[in-house]
Amino acid sequence: MGKNVLEIKGLVASVGAEKGSKKRILNSLSLAVPKGEIHLIMGPNGSGKSTLAYVLFSHPKYSVESGKILLDGKDITKLGTDERSRAGMFLALQHPTEIHGVTVSGFLRSAINFRRPKDSPISILEFREKVEKACRRLGIDESFVSRELNVGFSGGEKKRLEVLQALVLEPKIAIFDETDSGLDLDSLKTVATTIEKMRSKDFSAVVITHNPRVLKYIRPDKIHILSAGKIVRSGGQELGKILENSGYSFLKESAEGKSSG
Amino acid sequence: MAKPTAKPREILNRSERTLNKIGSNYLEKYGFHEKEKSVFRTKRGLTEETVREISKIKGEPEWMLDIRLKALEIFKKKAMPSWGADLSKIDFDKIIYYLRPQDKKERKWEDLPEEIKRTFDKLGVPEAEKKFLGGVGAQYESEVVYHSLRADLEKKGVVFLDMDSGLKMFPDLVRKYFGRIVPAGDNKFSALNTAVWSGGTFLYVPKGVDVGIPLQAYFRINAKNIGQFERTLIIADEGAKVHYVEGCTAPIYSTDSLHAAVVELVALKDSKIRYTTIQNWSSNVYNLVTKRAYAYEDSTVEWIDGNIGSKITMKYPSVFLMGPRARADVLSIAFAGKGQHQDAGGKVMHLAPDTSSTIVSKSISHSGGRASYRGKLLVQKGAKGMKSSIRCDALLVDEKSRSDTYPDIVVNEKEATIGHEATVGKIGDEQLFYLESRGIPRDEAVSLIVMGFIEGFTKELPMEYAVELNRLVRLEMEGSVG
Repeated sequence: MGKNVLEIKGLVASVGAEKGSKKRILNSLSLAVPKGEIHLIMGPNGSGKSTLAYVLFSHPKYSVESGKILLDGKDITKLGTDERSRAGMFLALQHPTEIHGVTVSGFLRSAINFRRPKDSPISILEFREKVEKACRRLGIDESFVSRELNVGFSGGEKKRLEVLQALVLEPKIAIFDETDSGLDLDSLKTVATTIEKMRSKDFSAVVITHNPRVLKYIRPDKIHILSAGKIVRSGGQELGKILENSGYSFLKESAEGKSSG
Repeated sequence: MAKPTAKPREILNRSERTLNKIGSNYLEKYGFHEKEKSVFRTKRGLTEETVREISKIKGEPEWMLDIRLKALEIFKKKAMPSWGADLSKIDFDKIIYYLRPQDKKERKWEDLPEEIKRTFDKLGVPEAEKKFLGGVGAQYESEVVYHSLRADLEKKGVVFLDMDSGLKMFPDLVRKYFGRIVPAGDNKFSALNTAVWSGGTFLYVPKGVDVGIPLQAYFRINAKNIGQFERTLIIADEGAKVHYVEGCTAPIYSTDSLHAAVVELVALKDSKIRYTTIQNWSSNVYNLVTKRAYAYEDSTVEWIDGNIGSKITMKYPSVFLMGPRARADVLSIAFAGKGQHQDAGGKVMHLAPDTSSTIVSKSISHSGGRASYRGKLLVQKGAKGMKSSIRCDALLVDEKSRSDTYPDIVVNEKEATIGHEATVGKIGDEQLFYLESRGIPRDEAVSLIVMGFIEGFTKELPMEYAVELNRLVRLEMEGSVG
């Protein structure tokens, strides 16, 4: 128990909350991420990758029917989105939302302060240092943080901002949902390298992607293949090689799949 | 990803609950009342006798009484507006049209009767005066009870008085402009105001003087069923600059009160007037106000208009651009909650060449409230090279609430540049999810989005007012008390 930062046990989840419109997406999915590890989740379109990310954060459009999510050994299945975040989880979204009139820095300070005791908000100095450091790591200009949240950001800028938030908010575990998609090679390198370098005994990550090219920069401890809402195969980096060479065609050969964790 | 179907309604309901908390501590902060005291009041209802009584007690010149009596005739003849909000519930016979709380005007807060002083203390007016204002006028019921102006501004020749004193001390200036910008016959409520006006501000800024620090008027209704009809005239002489700010609140009563003000601004050549309003009447006040400015050559008039309170507001600050290169900016926001209809907007008349204007309107409707934008842009033939940009954004929080846009644009000049943009949006579940996924609780997420939506407005407010508005929107949305 103590060694896993994230543990998903037999998760069954659906999209849609009303009875008639419910559609099951995750089928008894189990996964464990030990502290300090980076895991890759790959799988074809429609296999449930993004659903998994949303369910982990209690997105209101999804509902959990059975199973458990444990963070640091604590059951968080019943917690709300904001509570999960404050408990130490971070989600880098595939399509971050624009929010007009709210600056990146104002938003970040607010997010940091909700993690701190009410009477001790972060000082301006400490906040600036934190943000400056994160900006340097990602090679982005500091003026970035005085812009409105995601408003007028290019696809690459949005993704970098997601990673910047992960750096500043210092979660125990971050889920990167297709953070590499839509990036040019330079941005991909920066973003993926930054994620790899974030790895520490206090920081783990789940990187969701459909593109094996991130393997050039991220050395995952494990790669999991998701298909039809469950993990059908887990392995080391050799699994990435297979995917790179022949895509997901092997899924058909092993239709039953074999789950190992 | 599969197309999501469910639960957005639930999210909206939750944000709605959050927004419902706006004004939830109004009662405590602003909605309190003191015992009614008056040295004189007219009988309920409006007759010629009422008008004569008001004029007499003020010791007015005959010509002002004539203006009042003529306006009364116009008021009686004019029909209620057939458009805009529903005014059919106003009972003109139940209203007390004039209530004099005390006989003297004070220059020191300590000299005011205890209950009046206590009221303005609670509202934070003397404190604001010390911190960031160059002068303050405080009106209680029908009369201005306190007035002050910083000595250095007085030395520069700035005249900042209540309107009754203005009439006594500067009769020629008042006679020259009173009712010229907003004629009694403009609408039923401008006629009413002209007939029974009392209090308000008279402000004159001499040539070339930049007042530099805001001057404020605070309007407070305390008694039940009264009408407050202040009259304001601001004249900025050539090259002068001034920022005037007004605030208003009232106790919460189960019966209605009426506030019908008239504001006239005259911006002479090269001058600049900024007029900021934070309207926060209680939910039983009809707020029917006519505000208009004449802007001459190279002058600028800015209306910054925030409508948070009242039962019904109808108010469209307007600017007549009279001289070449004159400029108008109208920036308004409206919060319409349960039982409220905010019918607001702006009007600009381009009557001279190379004039320019912007109208920006933002509204937030929630809990069944209704916000309407009503605007008019007129470009007269010969206003060559004019430019105007109009933008209205509405934020709807739930299905019960309503937002309408009534733009009216008339252009009689070919060499005109006009942009018009309107958007209606909802607080999106994806926006809320994004903020919540960063650990920001829902209440705060909703208020962040709302604050972001009105950010352009807040930015234009003097610091203390921005803080106050933020407090209104943010803290009260969080439901925190005090």
